[in-house]
Amino acid sequence: MAQLRELRSKIRSTKNIGKITKAMELIATSRISKAQARVEAARPYASEITEVLSALATASSNLDHPLLVEREPVRRVAVLVVTSDKGLCGGYNANVLRATEELLSLLREQGKDPQLYVIGGKGLNYYTFRGRELAGSWTGFSQQPHYENAAEVGETLVDAFLAGGDDEGGTEGPDGVLGVDELHIVYTEFRSMLTQTPVAKRMAPLEVEYTDGEDGAAEAGGGVAPAYDFEPNAEALLGALLPKYINTRIFAALLESAASELAAQRNAMKAASDNASELVETYTRLANQARQAQITQEISEIVGGVDALAAVGSDD
Amino acid sequence: MAEMSVELVAVERRLWSGQASFVVAQTTEGEIGIMPSHEPMLGQLVEGGVVKVTTTAGETVTAAVHGGFLSVTAERVSVLAESAELGEEVDVEAARAALTDDDEVERERATAKLRAAGQSV
Repeated sequence: MAQLRELRSKIRSTKNIGKITKAMELIATSRISKAQARVEAARPYASEITEVLSALATASSNLDHPLLVEREPVRRVAVLVVTSDKGLCGGYNANVLRATEELLSLLREQGKDPQLYVIGGKGLNYYTFRGRELAGSWTGFSQQPHYENAAEVGETLVDAFLAGGDDEGGTEGPDGVLGVDELHIVYTEFRSMLTQTPVAKRMAPLEVEYTDGEDGAAEAGGGVAPAYDFEPNAEALLGALLPKYINTRIFAALLESAASELAAQRNAMKAASDNASELVETYTRLANQARQAQITQEISEIVGGVDALAAVGSDD
Repeated sequence: MAEMSVELVAVERRLWSGQASFVVAQTTEGEIGIMPSHEPMLGQLVEGGVVKVTTTAGETVTAAVHGGFLSVTAERVSVLAESAELGEEVDVEAARAALTDDDEVERERATAKLRAAGQSV
């Protein structure tokens, strides 16, 4: 049986660990609501830009912006992976990375050459440890992404996309950018406090959905779709709007991932705190048993001693 | 009085929304004033522009808008911006300091902020 002293020090350290994990749980909980509020706050812009874009697409006669056109054949594709900077968030990163691996093998099966772009220190470590080549990486904003971060990432990706994947071999073309023909993103969707699912989506080329006239008119409140006037012209506007739209998509993904990361961290830390208190309970039981055993032993030793003394005394 | 609903939306949050009777903005083609029942229009706003909204109550809301779009339909005006700041929220001192920044975009933004805050530049 373990020594009483050892058990007591175990209880003490487990309690300390429990305090830390509890604190982390509380911090994550308070941050989740903020992260969710930011997801909500970013929604008006996203819906407005989608609306403007669809109005533009309806009015503009030719939709031949490179971001809208499917390329044939697709040689290289960019995959943007959103992971966290720090650990202690359960299976969050493992799930994203698994989803990424699935996407990568799918792309390879289709004969495409995936280029990895990684956000977050954990993903970066994962791939550098395995000696994979990364086309780009960004760290330091996984829990509190700002639009500037998304814009920076978006700019790199859109540049690569517009350069096109027709550079020969694995070398950069004359434009100095290793271009790609498709953009994919893997991030974690925030379903609820308990469920976060990794999702993989294609960002570019954008899929153009044609709605028939009746639906469109019904959405516009029964009226005729407004005939827009454009300043400057529709093509220039489309060219300016589409990269912003990609940035918005990335920003939304970053915000969702941040909320998911915090929720995953909260769950992991809650489980850790629960385990700690369970351990403390077990150790306390063991310590009590050890204490009782010690007392019993002491008593029996005293009684034995008294008996022995009495036996010696009766001899005299 | 005729009125239209106006929304000022930045990427990270909704800045302002309400009823207004007049909106002034600068697109890449020039300055434009919008009153209710304006012809539907989409425009690209200049970098470092100022949007001025006159509400139906007669108050004026100004905002510095960077890298944005303007979408006008008969009864709605929405201003989309990558980043935007209401005139009353502008940190005047910081903006003045940024006036001497090396980066030209920063300088333009600072100018717009100061103009939105009603300061002379």
